[in-house]
Amino acid sequence: MAAEGNVSGYIQHHLTNAQMCMADGGLAFNYACKDAGFWTWHIDSLLFSVGLGALFLFLFYKAGQKATTGVPGKFQCFVEMMVEFVDGAVRDAFHRTDRVIAPIGLTIFVWIFLMNLMDLVPVDFIPHVAGLMGAEYFKIVPTTDLNITLGMSIAVFGLIIFYSIKVKGVKGFTKELTLQPFNHWAFIPFNFLLETVTLLAKPFSLALRLFGNLYAGELIFILIAALVPLWAQWTLSVPWAIFHILVIVLQAFIFMMLTIVYLALAHEDH
Amino acid sequence: MNINATMFGQAISFAIFCWFCVKYVWPPLIDAIEARQKKIADGLADAERAGKDLQLAQAKASEQMKDAKSEAAVIVEQANKRKIQIIDEAKELANLEREKILAQGNAEVEAERNRAREELRAQVAALAIAGAEKILERSIDKEANKHIVDKLVAELK
Repeated sequence: MAAEGNVSGYIQHHLTNAQMCMADGGLAFNYACKDAGFWTWHIDSLLFSVGLGALFLFLFYKAGQKATTGVPGKFQCFVEMMVEFVDGAVRDAFHRTDRVIAPIGLTIFVWIFLMNLMDLVPVDFIPHVAGLMGAEYFKIVPTTDLNITLGMSIAVFGLIIFYSIKVKGVKGFTKELTLQPFNHWAFIPFNFLLETVTLLAKPFSLALRLFGNLYAGELIFILIAALVPLWAQWTLSVPWAIFHILVIVLQAFIFMMLTIVYLALAHEDH
Repeated sequence: MNINATMFGQAISFAIFCWFCVKYVWPPLIDAIEARQKKIADGLADAERAGKDLQLAQAKASEQMKDAKSEAAVIVEQANKRKIQIIDEAKELANLEREKILAQGNAEVEAERNRAREELRAQVAALAIAGAEKILERSIDKEANKHIVDKLVAELK
Protein backbone atom coordinates (compact mmCIF):
# COMPACT_ATOMS: atom_id res chain seq x y z
CA MET A 1 0.00 0.00 0.00
CA ALA A 2 2.70 2.43 0.93
CA ALA A 3 4.98 4.08 -1.54
CA GLU A 4 8.65 3.12 -1.27
CA GLY A 5 10.49 5.16 1.28
CA ASN A 6 7.27 6.22 2.88
CA VAL A 7 6.91 3.09 4.98
CA SER A 8 7.62 4.75 8.29
CA GLY A 9 5.15 7.48 7.45
CA TYR A 10 2.52 4.89 6.64
CA ILE A 11 3.11 3.05 9.90
CA GLN A 12 3.14 6.29 11.87
CA HIS A 13 -0.11 7.29 10.24
CA HIS A 14 -1.79 4.03 11.19
CA LEU A 15 -0.68 4.32 14.77
CA THR A 16 -2.04 7.79 15.33
CA ASN A 17 -5.43 8.38 16.83
CA ALA A 18 -7.91 10.94 15.69
CA GLN A 19 -7.69 13.64 18.30
CA MET A 20 -10.12 16.25 19.45
CA CYS A 21 -9.65 19.07 21.92
CA MET A 22 -10.84 22.48 22.91
CA ALA A 23 -8.61 25.14 21.42
CA ASP A 24 -9.20 28.81 20.83
CA GLY A 25 -12.70 28.56 22.24
CA GLY A 26 -13.86 25.89 19.83
CA LEU A 27 -13.35 22.25 18.90
CA ALA A 28 -10.07 21.49 17.23
CA PHE A 29 -8.76 18.32 15.64
CA ASN A 30 -5.49 16.45 15.17
CA TYR A 31 -2.53 18.83 14.60
CA ALA A 32 -4.32 21.67 16.30
CA CYS A 33 -4.30 19.59 19.48
CA LYS A 34 -0.53 19.37 19.76
CA ASP A 35 -0.51 21.79 22.65
CA ALA A 36 -3.72 20.67 24.31
CA GLY A 37 -1.79 18.24 26.53
CA PHE A 38 -3.88 16.08 28.77
CA TRP A 39 -7.29 17.35 27.72
CA THR A 40 -7.22 15.71 24.36
CA TRP A 41 -9.75 13.09 23.39
CA HIS A 42 -9.12 10.19 21.06
CA ILE A 43 -12.47 10.33 19.38
CA ASP A 44 -11.89 7.28 17.16
CA SER A 45 -11.12 5.06 20.16
CA LEU A 46 -14.02 6.43 22.14
CA LEU A 47 -16.41 6.16 19.21
CA PHE A 48 -15.58 2.54 18.56
CA SER A 49 -15.39 1.47 22.18
CA VAL A 50 -18.68 3.12 23.11
CA GLY A 51 -20.28 1.95 19.89
CA LEU A 52 -19.21 -1.64 20.42
CA GLY A 53 -20.18 -1.54 24.09
CA ALA A 54 -23.59 -0.21 23.14
CA LEU A 55 -23.91 -2.89 20.48
CA PHE A 56 -23.10 -5.58 23.03
CA LEU A 57 -25.54 -4.20 25.57
CA PHE A 58 -28.25 -3.77 22.93
CA LEU A 59 -27.94 -7.35 21.67
CA PHE A 60 -27.76 -8.88 25.12
CA TYR A 61 -30.56 -6.68 26.42
CA LYS A 62 -32.80 -7.81 23.59
CA ALA A 63 -31.87 -11.43 24.24
CA GLY A 64 -32.66 -10.90 27.92
CA GLN A 65 -36.06 -9.37 27.17
CA LYS A 66 -36.98 -12.26 24.89
CA ALA A 67 -35.45 -14.94 27.10
CA THR A 68 -37.76 -17.85 27.68
CA THR A 69 -37.38 -20.64 30.18
CA GLY A 70 -38.58 -23.04 27.51
CA VAL A 71 -36.64 -24.08 24.45
CA PRO A 72 -34.28 -21.18 23.70
CA GLY A 73 -33.53 -19.79 20.27
CA LYS A 74 -30.04 -19.94 18.81
CA PHE A 75 -29.09 -16.42 19.79
CA GLN A 76 -30.47 -16.88 23.27
CA CYS A 77 -28.44 -20.08 23.52
CA PHE A 78 -25.31 -18.21 22.56
CA VAL A 79 -26.00 -15.42 25.04
CA GLU A 80 -26.77 -17.93 27.74
CA MET A 81 -23.53 -19.76 27.01
CA MET A 82 -21.62 -16.54 27.61
CA VAL A 83 -23.61 -15.81 30.75
CA GLU A 84 -23.07 -19.32 32.08
CA PHE A 85 -19.40 -19.15 31.21
CA VAL A 86 -18.86 -15.91 33.13
CA ASP A 87 -21.13 -17.05 35.93
CA GLY A 88 -19.07 -20.23 36.23
CA ALA A 89 -15.83 -18.23 36.39
CA VAL A 90 -17.27 -16.03 39.13
CA ARG A 91 -18.54 -19.07 40.99
CA ASP A 92 -15.12 -20.68 40.85
CA ALA A 93 -13.49 -17.58 42.30
CA PHE A 94 -16.16 -16.70 44.88
CA HIS A 95 -17.67 -20.10 45.65
CA ARG A 96 -21.05 -18.45 45.12
CA THR A 97 -22.83 -16.48 42.43
CA ASP A 98 -22.70 -12.73 42.51
CA ARG A 99 -25.25 -10.63 40.74
CA VAL A 100 -22.97 -7.60 40.47
CA ILE A 101 -19.52 -8.95 39.78
CA ALA A 102 -20.66 -11.55 37.25
CA PRO A 103 -22.37 -9.01 34.94
CA ILE A 104 -19.30 -6.77 35.25
CA GLY A 105 -17.20 -9.72 34.16
CA LEU A 106 -19.57 -10.33 31.25
CA THR A 107 -19.34 -6.70 30.20
CA ILE A 108 -15.54 -6.81 30.33
CA PHE A 109 -15.29 -10.06 28.41
CA VAL A 110 -17.67 -9.30 25.59
CA TRP A 111 -16.75 -5.67 25.27
CA ILE A 112 -12.99 -6.28 25.14
CA PHE A 113 -13.56 -9.17 22.77
CA LEU A 114 -15.53 -6.93 20.40
CA MET A 115 -12.92 -4.18 20.61
CA ASN A 116 -10.15 -6.70 19.94
CA LEU A 117 -12.17 -8.11 17.09
CA MET A 118 -11.73 -4.84 15.23
CA ASP A 119 -8.11 -5.92 14.88
CA LEU A 120 -9.21 -8.50 12.31
CA VAL A 121 -10.70 -5.87 10.04
CA PRO A 122 -8.07 -5.28 7.36
CA VAL A 123 -5.95 -2.35 8.45
CA ASP A 124 -6.76 -0.03 5.56
CA PHE A 125 -10.51 -0.57 5.15
CA ILE A 126 -12.02 1.79 7.65
CA PRO A 127 -9.18 4.33 7.88
CA HIS A 128 -9.41 4.73 4.10
CA VAL A 129 -13.18 5.23 4.17
CA ALA A 130 -12.77 7.65 7.06
CA GLY A 131 -10.06 9.42 5.07
CA LEU A 132 -12.45 9.86 2.16
CA MET A 133 -14.92 11.41 4.59
CA GLY A 134 -12.29 13.85 5.78
CA ALA A 135 -10.85 12.23 8.88
CA GLU A 136 -7.11 12.21 8.55
CA TYR A 137 -6.40 9.69 11.28
CA PHE A 138 -8.63 6.85 12.25
CA LYS A 139 -7.69 3.90 14.49
CA ILE A 140 -10.50 1.43 14.81
CA VAL A 141 -9.06 -0.92 17.46
CA PRO A 142 -9.75 0.81 20.77
CA THR A 143 -7.68 -1.68 22.76
CA THR A 144 -4.52 -0.62 20.92
CA ASP A 145 -4.98 2.73 22.61
CA LEU A 146 -3.36 2.73 26.05
CA ASN A 147 -5.92 5.27 27.23
CA ILE A 148 -8.73 2.83 26.65
CA THR A 149 -7.10 -0.08 28.47
CA LEU A 150 -5.98 2.20 31.28
CA GLY A 151 -9.47 3.66 31.52
CA MET A 152 -10.94 0.20 32.02
CA SER A 153 -8.28 -0.87 34.48
CA ILE A 154 -8.78 2.33 36.47
CA ALA A 155 -12.46 1.47 36.72
CA VAL A 156 -11.49 -2.02 37.87
CA PHE A 157 -9.09 -0.45 40.36
CA GLY A 158 -11.98 1.63 41.69
CA LEU A 159 -14.01 -1.57 42.08
CA ILE A 160 -11.15 -3.23 43.96
CA ILE A 161 -10.94 -0.31 46.39
CA PHE A 162 -14.74 -0.18 46.71
CA TYR A 163 -15.08 -3.88 47.54
CA SER A 164 -12.05 -3.87 49.85
CA ILE A 165 -13.60 -1.11 51.92
CA LYS A 166 -17.11 -2.54 51.66
CA VAL A 167 -16.06 -5.98 52.87
CA LYS A 168 -13.34 -5.14 55.37
CA GLY A 169 -14.27 -1.61 56.32
CA VAL A 170 -11.88 1.32 56.24
CA LYS A 171 -10.11 -0.02 59.30
CA GLY A 172 -9.69 -3.52 57.92
CA PHE A 173 -8.46 -2.20 54.60
CA THR A 174 -5.96 0.11 56.30
CA LYS A 175 -4.75 -2.76 58.44
CA GLU A 176 -4.31 -4.88 55.35
CA LEU A 177 -2.24 -2.15 53.74
CA THR A 178 -0.02 -1.48 56.73
CA LEU A 179 0.30 -4.65 58.80
CA GLN A 180 1.23 -7.05 56.04
CA PRO A 181 3.36 -8.93 55.32
CA PHE A 182 5.26 -8.02 58.54
CA ASN A 183 2.95 -7.63 61.46
CA HIS A 184 4.98 -5.17 63.53
CA TRP A 185 4.51 -1.43 64.03
CA ALA A 186 8.06 -0.70 62.95
CA PHE A 187 7.37 -2.15 59.55
CA ILE A 188 4.31 -0.05 58.84
CA PRO A 189 5.92 2.30 56.28
CA PHE A 190 7.65 -0.58 54.56
CA ASN A 191 4.46 -2.62 54.51
CA PHE A 192 2.49 0.30 53.21
CA LEU A 193 4.93 0.85 50.38
CA LEU A 194 4.91 -2.84 49.48
CA GLU A 195 1.14 -3.19 49.60
CA THR A 196 0.56 -0.01 47.63
CA VAL A 197 2.86 -1.23 44.90
CA THR A 198 1.03 -4.56 44.90
CA LEU A 199 -2.30 -2.77 44.71
CA LEU A 200 -1.24 -0.40 41.94
CA ALA A 201 0.42 -3.19 39.98
CA LYS A 202 -2.96 -4.77 39.44
CA PRO A 203 -4.58 -2.12 37.21
CA PHE A 204 -1.32 -1.34 35.46
CA SER A 205 -0.60 -4.94 34.63
CA LEU A 206 -4.17 -5.34 33.36
CA ALA A 207 -3.94 -2.28 31.13
CA LEU A 208 -0.43 -2.89 29.83
CA ARG A 209 -0.99 -6.57 29.11
CA LEU A 210 -4.06 -5.94 26.99
CA PHE A 211 -2.57 -2.89 25.31
CA GLY A 212 0.76 -4.61 24.61
CA ASN A 213 -0.76 -7.69 23.06
CA LEU A 214 -3.18 -5.84 20.84
CA TYR A 215 -0.74 -3.09 19.90
CA ALA A 216 1.83 -5.67 18.85
CA GLY A 217 -0.76 -7.61 16.90
CA GLU A 218 -1.98 -4.49 15.12
CA LEU A 219 1.59 -3.42 14.41
CA ILE A 220 2.30 -6.72 12.71
CA PHE A 221 -0.79 -6.32 10.52
CA ILE A 222 0.37 -2.82 9.63
CA LEU A 223 3.91 -4.03 8.91
CA ILE A 224 2.56 -6.75 6.65
CA ALA A 225 0.43 -4.18 4.84
CA ALA A 226 3.33 -1.76 4.56
CA LEU A 227 6.22 -4.01 3.62
CA VAL A 228 4.84 -6.96 1.71
CA PRO A 229 3.78 -6.61 -1.93
CA LEU A 230 0.02 -6.45 -2.34
CA TRP A 231 -0.34 -9.84 -4.06
CA ALA A 232 1.62 -11.68 -1.34
CA GLN A 233 0.13 -10.07 1.73
CA TRP A 234 -2.40 -12.82 2.32
CA THR A 235 0.34 -15.42 2.86
CA LEU A 236 1.30 -13.57 6.05
CA SER A 237 -1.81 -11.70 7.09
CA VAL A 238 -4.14 -14.70 6.92
CA PRO A 239 -2.06 -16.97 9.20
CA TRP A 240 -1.47 -14.07 11.55
CA ALA A 241 -5.20 -13.25 11.61
CA ILE A 242 -6.07 -16.86 12.39
CA PHE A 243 -3.54 -16.92 15.19
CA HIS A 244 -4.82 -13.56 16.32
CA ILE A 245 -8.34 -14.96 16.81
CA LEU A 246 -6.85 -16.94 19.67
CA VAL A 247 -5.05 -13.88 21.04
CA ILE A 248 -8.09 -11.61 21.08
CA VAL A 249 -10.27 -14.15 22.87
CA LEU A 250 -7.49 -15.00 25.27
CA GLN A 251 -6.78 -11.36 26.14
CA ALA A 252 -10.47 -10.64 26.72
CA PHE A 253 -10.68 -13.73 28.90
CA ILE A 254 -7.54 -12.82 30.87
CA PHE A 255 -8.80 -9.30 31.55
CA MET A 256 -12.14 -10.66 32.79
CA MET A 257 -10.62 -13.48 34.81
CA LEU A 258 -8.04 -11.26 36.50
CA THR A 259 -10.71 -8.69 37.32
CA ILE A 260 -12.77 -11.42 38.96
CA VAL A 261 -9.76 -12.75 40.82
CA TYR A 262 -8.78 -9.29 42.03
CA LEU A 263 -12.32 -8.66 43.24
CA ALA A 264 -12.34 -12.06 44.94
CA LEU A 265 -9.09 -11.14 46.66
CA ALA A 266 -10.67 -7.87 47.75
CA HIS A 267 -13.40 -9.95 49.40
CA GLU A 268 -10.95 -12.12 51.28
CA ASP A 269 -10.31 -11.35 54.91
CA HIS A 270 -6.83 -12.06 56.11
CA MET B 1 1.81 7.05 23.30
CA ASN B 2 0.27 9.95 25.09
CA ILE B 3 -1.95 9.58 28.07
CA ASN B 4 -4.91 11.91 27.94
CA ALA B 5 -8.52 12.45 28.89
CA THR B 6 -9.64 9.56 26.68
CA MET B 7 -8.83 7.41 29.69
CA PHE B 8 -11.53 9.06 31.79
CA GLY B 9 -14.02 8.92 28.97
CA GLN B 10 -13.39 5.20 28.75
CA ALA B 11 -13.57 4.71 32.51
CA ILE B 12 -16.89 6.54 32.68
CA SER B 13 -18.41 4.68 29.76
CA PHE B 14 -17.15 1.44 31.31
CA ALA B 15 -18.89 2.32 34.56
CA ILE B 16 -22.13 3.16 32.74
CA PHE B 17 -22.01 -0.04 30.69
CA CYS B 18 -21.36 -2.11 33.79
CA TRP B 19 -24.25 -0.46 35.57
CA PHE B 20 -26.56 -1.10 32.64
CA CYS B 21 -25.44 -4.71 32.39
CA VAL B 22 -25.87 -5.30 36.12
CA LYS B 23 -29.28 -3.69 36.13
CA TYR B 24 -30.92 -4.66 32.87
CA VAL B 25 -28.98 -7.30 30.97
CA TRP B 26 -27.86 -9.82 33.54
CA PRO B 27 -31.00 -10.39 35.68
CA PRO B 28 -33.42 -11.61 32.97
CA LEU B 29 -30.76 -13.86 31.44
CA ILE B 30 -29.60 -15.47 34.67
CA ASP B 31 -33.21 -15.77 35.84
CA ALA B 32 -34.18 -17.53 32.62
CA ILE B 33 -31.19 -19.83 32.95
CA GLU B 34 -31.91 -20.65 36.56
CA ALA B 35 -35.60 -21.19 35.87
CA ARG B 36 -34.73 -23.53 33.03
CA GLN B 37 -32.22 -25.35 35.20
CA LYS B 38 -34.93 -25.87 37.77
CA LYS B 39 -37.35 -27.00 35.08
CA ILE B 40 -34.85 -29.48 33.73
CA ALA B 41 -34.02 -30.74 37.19
CA ASP B 42 -37.74 -31.15 37.92
CA GLY B 43 -38.24 -32.88 34.60
CA LEU B 44 -35.41 -35.27 35.30
CA ALA B 45 -36.75 -35.99 38.76
CA ASP B 46 -40.20 -36.55 37.26
CA ALA B 47 -38.79 -38.89 34.66
CA GLU B 48 -36.95 -40.83 37.32
CA ARG B 49 -40.06 -41.03 39.44
CA ALA B 50 -42.12 -42.09 36.43
CA GLY B 51 -39.58 -44.81 35.73
CA LYS B 52 -39.85 -46.06 39.28
CA ASP B 53 -43.63 -45.88 39.09
CA LEU B 54 -43.55 -47.86 35.90
CA GLN B 55 -41.37 -50.50 37.47
CA LEU B 56 -43.71 -50.69 40.44
CA ALA B 57 -46.73 -50.91 38.19
CA GLN B 58 -45.09 -53.62 36.13
CA ALA B 59 -44.22 -55.59 39.24
CA LYS B 60 -47.76 -55.15 40.50
CA ALA B 61 -49.23 -56.14 37.17
CA SER B 62 -47.11 -59.28 36.95
CA GLU B 63 -48.08 -60.17 40.50
CA GLN B 64 -51.72 -59.66 39.70
CA MET B 65 -51.28 -61.74 36.58
CA LYS B 66 -49.76 -64.51 38.67
CA ASP B 67 -52.62 -64.28 41.16
CA ALA B 68 -55.14 -64.34 38.38
CA LYS B 69 -53.47 -67.35 36.82
CA SER B 70 -53.45 -69.31 40.04
CA GLU B 71 -57.04 -68.28 40.68
CA ALA B 72 -58.01 -69.37 37.22
CA ALA B 73 -56.28 -72.69 37.82
CA VAL B 74 -58.21 -73.13 41.06
CA ILE B 75 -61.47 -72.26 39.32
CA VAL B 76 -60.77 -74.66 36.48
CA GLU B 77 -59.98 -77.40 38.97
CA GLN B 78 -63.14 -76.68 40.88
CA ALA B 79 -65.11 -76.71 37.67
CA ASN B 80 -63.59 -80.04 36.73
CA LYS B 81 -64.48 -81.47 40.11
CA ARG B 82 -67.95 -80.11 39.81
CA LYS B 83 -68.27 -81.54 36.34
CA ILE B 84 -67.26 -84.96 37.52
CA GLN B 85 -69.62 -84.65 40.44
CA ILE B 86 -72.51 -83.59 38.21
CA ILE B 87 -71.77 -86.41 35.81
CA ASP B 88 -71.69 -88.88 38.69
CA GLU B 89 -74.89 -87.57 40.08
CA ALA B 90 -76.52 -87.74 36.69
CA LYS B 91 -75.25 -91.26 36.20
CA GLU B 92 -76.63 -92.28 39.53
CA LEU B 93 -79.96 -90.65 38.82
CA ALA B 94 -80.09 -92.25 35.40
CA ASN B 95 -79.31 -95.62 36.91
CA LEU B 96 -82.03 -95.23 39.47
CA GLU B 97 -84.47 -94.17 36.79
CA ARG B 98 -83.48 -97.06 34.61
CA GLU B 99 -83.96 -99.49 37.44
CA LYS B 100 -87.29 -97.96 38.25
CA ILE B 101 -88.42 -98.11 34.67
CA LEU B 102 -87.11 -101.65 34.35
CA ALA B 103 -88.88 -102.73 37.53
CA GLN B 104 -92.07 -101.09 36.41
CA GLY B 105 -91.85 -102.71 33.01
CA ASN B 106 -91.11 -106.04 34.55
CA ALA B 107 -94.06 -105.69 36.89
CA GLU B 108 -96.34 -104.69 34.05
CA VAL B 109 -95.11 -107.52 31.91
CA GLU B 110 -95.64 -109.91 34.81
CA ALA B 111 -99.12 -108.57 35.48
CA GLU B 112 -100.01 -108.80 31.81
CA ARG B 113 -98.73 -112.32 31.62
CA ASN B 114 -100.65 -113.32 34.71
CA ARG B 115 -103.80 -111.80 33.33
CA ALA B 116 -103.30 -113.47 29.98
CA ARG B 117 -102.65 -116.75 31.68
CA GLU B 118 -105.73 -116.42 33.81
CA GLU B 119 -107.77 -115.62 30.76
CA LEU B 120 -106.24 -118.42 28.81
CA ARG B 121 -106.81 -120.79 31.61
CA ALA B 122 -110.46 -119.83 31.85
CA GLN B 123 -110.88 -120.13 28.12
CA VAL B 124 -109.08 -123.47 28.05
CA ALA B 125 -111.34 -124.73 30.86
CA ALA B 126 -114.43 -123.64 28.99
CA LEU B 127 -113.04 -125.13 25.80
CA ALA B 128 -112.23 -128.39 27.55
CA ILE B 129 -115.66 -128.56 29.02
CA ALA B 130 -117.27 -127.75 25.72
CA GLY B 131 -115.10 -130.38 24.06
CA ALA B 132 -115.93 -132.93 26.65
CA GLU B 133 -119.58 -132.14 26.34
CA LYS B 134 -119.38 -132.62 22.62
CA ILE B 135 -117.52 -135.89 23.02
CA LEU B 136 -119.85 -137.34 25.54
CA GLU B 137 -122.88 -136.14 23.75
CA ARG B 138 -124.48 -135.98 26.96
CA SER B 139 -124.98 -133.81 29.75
CA ILE B 140 -122.64 -134.36 32.55
CA ASP B 141 -122.95 -133.13 35.92
CA LYS B 142 -120.79 -130.06 35.89
CA GLU B 143 -120.44 -130.05 39.57
CA ALA B 144 -119.56 -133.71 39.65
CA ASN B 145 -116.79 -133.39 37.11
CA LYS B 146 -115.51 -130.02 38.04
CA HIS B 147 -112.61 -131.34 40.03
CA ILE B 148 -111.52 -133.42 37.01
CA VAL B 149 -111.60 -130.34 34.84
CA ASP B 150 -109.80 -128.27 37.44
CA LYS B 151 -107.09 -130.92 37.61
CA LEU B 152 -106.77 -130.66 33.83
CA VAL B 153 -106.58 -126.93 33.98
CA ALA B 154 -103.97 -127.12 36.70
CA GLU B 155 -101.85 -129.30 34.50
CA LEU B 156 -101.94 -126.60 31.86
CA LYS B 157 -100.17 -124.29 34.08
